[in-house]
Amino acid sequence: MTDPPSAKVLEIDGLNVSLSGRRVLDQVSFSVGTGEFTGLIGTNGAGKTTLLRTVLGMQAHESGSIRLLGRPRSRRSHLIGYVPQKANLDPDLPMRARDLVGLGLDGHRLGVPVRTRQRNAAVEESLAAVGAESFAGARVGQLSGGEQQRVLIAHAIISRPRLLLLDEPLANLDLHSGQEIVSLLAGIATDQNVAVLLSAHEINPLLPVMDSVVYLANGQAASGTTEEVIKTEVLSALYGHHVDVISVHGRILVVAGHEGLDHLTMSHDEVAG
Amino acid sequence: MRWFIEPGFWSSAPVQVALAIGGASAVVSAVVGVFTVLRGQSFAGHALTDVSTAGGSGALLLGVSPIIGFVGLGIIGAGVMDAIGVRRLRGRDLATGIVLGASIGLAALILYLDSTSRATTGATQQILFGSIFTIQSSTVPVVVGFGVAALALVTTLYRPLLLSTAGPEMAAARGVPERLVGVLFMAAMAVAVGLSSLTVGAILSTALLIGPAAAAIRLTRRIGWSLALAAVLGVAACWVGVLLAYDSYYWTSAHRAVPVSFFIVSLVFCFYLASGLGVRTRRHAAGRRAGPDPGTPVPGAGAATRRQAGA
Amino acid sequence: MFSSFMTNAWTVATIVAVIAGVVGFFVVLRGAAFPAHAVPNGAFAGAAAANVWGFDPLVGLTVCAVLAALGIGTLGRRGRHDVATALALVMMLAVGAVFLGLSQEYEPAVYSLLFGEVLGVSSSELLPVAGLAVICLAAVSVLYRPLLLSSVASEMGEAKGLRSYWIDMAFLILLALATAMTVPVVGALLIFSLMIGPPAAARACTGRPGVAILLSVAIALVTVWSAIALSYLSNWPVGFFVGVTSALDYAAGRIWSRWSRSRDGDVSSPH
Repeated sequence: MTDPPSAKVLEIDGLNVSLSGRRVLDQVSFSVGTGEFTGLIGTNGAGKTTLLRTVLGMQAHESGSIRLLGRPRSRRSHLIGYVPQKANLDPDLPMRARDLVGLGLDGHRLGVPVRTRQRNAAVEESLAAVGAESFAGARVGQLSGGEQQRVLIAHAIISRPRLLLLDEPLANLDLHSGQEIVSLLAGIATDQNVAVLLSAHEINPLLPVMDSVVYLANGQAASGTTEEVIKTEVLSALYGHHVDVISVHGRILVVAGHEGLDHLTMSHDEVAG
Repeated sequence: MRWFIEPGFWSSAPVQVALAIGGASAVVSAVVGVFTVLRGQSFAGHALTDVSTAGGSGALLLGVSPIIGFVGLGIIGAGVMDAIGVRRLRGRDLATGIVLGASIGLAALILYLDSTSRATTGATQQILFGSIFTIQSSTVPVVVGFGVAALALVTTLYRPLLLSTAGPEMAAARGVPERLVGVLFMAAMAVAVGLSSLTVGAILSTALLIGPAAAAIRLTRRIGWSLALAAVLGVAACWVGVLLAYDSYYWTSAHRAVPVSFFIVSLVFCFYLASGLGVRTRRHAAGRRAGPDPGTPVPGAGAATRRQAGA
Repeated sequence: MFSSFMTNAWTVATIVAVIAGVVGFFVVLRGAAFPAHAVPNGAFAGAAAANVWGFDPLVGLTVCAVLAALGIGTLGRRGRHDVATALALVMMLAVGAVFLGLSQEYEPAVYSLLFGEVLGVSSSELLPVAGLAVICLAAVSVLYRPLLLSSVASEMGEAKGLRSYWIDMAFLILLALATAMTVPVVGALLIFSLMIGPPAAARACTGRPGVAILLSVAIALVTVWSAIALSYLSNWPVGFFVGVTSALDYAAGRIWSRWSRSRDGDVSSPH
């Protein structure tokens, strides 16, 4: 199934979500195009996870629309792949990495998996795409954080989704591993023509590969290219108080202004290249 | 082999029934048990044995077929546990405990009424410590039928159950109706446990559900192998236990046989301990790669908050 | 009901309720419902052994309860905690079954050990029971803060590593002592419900530990007293009333917390 190049994989319009009586997402609107790499940036508690869960259908929204490939979101959509932040895999779980990836293909169907050649080939392909061949036979619960994440990504992409959602994949990784994952995902986005929507609280690791950004603050969102969104005026409007956007050697720092509102000190600074 | 197997073993009808029923119970319990252990539902599995037993004694009192009592109350109990159990592990264990307590209280009452109304003695012991050698062969077809039903349910649920056990978030994202799968699995557990409580007694029911499965999980890397190994261990414990219990009659001049439950449980216990050694040896031999170390001492009585409640 | 030969029952019942309320608070806090069920079941083997070899049942109960606690703690260190509890439980029950087979225990005696007996404690046993109760309360006051900390913030407790293990063992042994002394009245199979129903209800009403403990004891007292009274009047087993009333306590707690949450619009759950 090929879409016209300008088609949007995901269109969010006027989304309102409340949790425990508190408005978490307020009239959020943005779109993600085919094969685009989009960063969902915001601090902890800004609503990134809520937004992803809403797109997945795991969280109810009060109003607004979510459209996937032009059609309203239905309950079980195999157009979306999801990589949760933490899988909490049991270390004793008797399941190899490749078994978990296989379940990405048919884990929702009843009955016992039949290991056809076709299925095995798909599993191997997915594992190769994330560079997980060397530990594919190990117990999935005993892999390191970075290895598990690759396996989860393989699990999410094996069914050829059109949209891949990742919840803070960089949060628990060191800088180097984080960069590897970002390049990996950018490669997958291109090779498999899958749109990537990835949430993070640090924008700089994503700068090299991001096509567009959705910046969340105070429940509201600003979306567009990096140049359009990461500007003093735009972010100050979002935060409701003055912030400065400073560019240092191609890296971006967002710093709270001098008005004394200290609880929102933002320093998106990067320590080393 | 004559020194090991006392005379009359193979030709004894109670023994044959015990081997058949015990073996069947062990297989069904092992298969269900693997998922029970992985889902951290060992308490629920054990609680259901006592709940079923209460149902069984109720059936006795009412003169109804015991199978209805064992399996019926088991399913009701499972349903209540699921309904009032909250998502977090501790809330779930609390709900299980409450249902268990109420069921045992009910059993107490039923046994009391039963003993006063029919002046039967030893009912308590019979129900709670029930013996594998007193199964009637007429119950065999029904037991097998229910056992097959429980296995069929687990087989049907296999993939979604496995995925939601391994990673609930991944399963939810894939559209697996987690809640429904959980409820159906509890039903399968209730049937399996009800059957084994009826046939081999409450103690063995728990032992055969948890022990072989826990040992097999530690020793295998693939779930299919875990299921197979658990079944093998369960059947082995059962058969050897029956043999030893039969033999024990001849060990002392007093001709008092040692209860079969003791042998089977001891074997299951040994398998579990041995599997722990096996894990340690494998880990030393393989040389640990960087990753979470499941041997880290995890605090004992319930300080864990993760779903698996201790590695 | 209040005649002289019942004073023992009321005295012991009061002690039982206090201990169950206090220790039960931590059982609920730590999510230790399964060990609370398993340990007294294990203790049962000791009572059976006491009958076979003719020593004081209370000693047998205590020793086997402690053994069960040690077993659960040791096994649970390496493997899953709930698996360890289950296997320790069935192992001790199986051993108990052997002792039962050896003993000349009459059915009513077995029954009362499992399900409780209003007149289960003779006046000669009153002192040891009271003694054990004092030890339990002393242990709770010593372990109060570490228990609270390691229950509520397990990661912070884990940072101390081995110490966490000892705290858990200490709690299990405390549980063993508490259940051993309470078994004769309420029964091995039902003491644990006294340790989860009332405390759960108390927790639903208040978040402050001290208040929750007092409330837990109060609810436990009402539960046990009414159970004894009803048992005396109807001749039905004490355990039945304890099990059912504890469930009602829990249910009341749940309903209360849901009602007060909807009233305040607050969604945080004590569970």
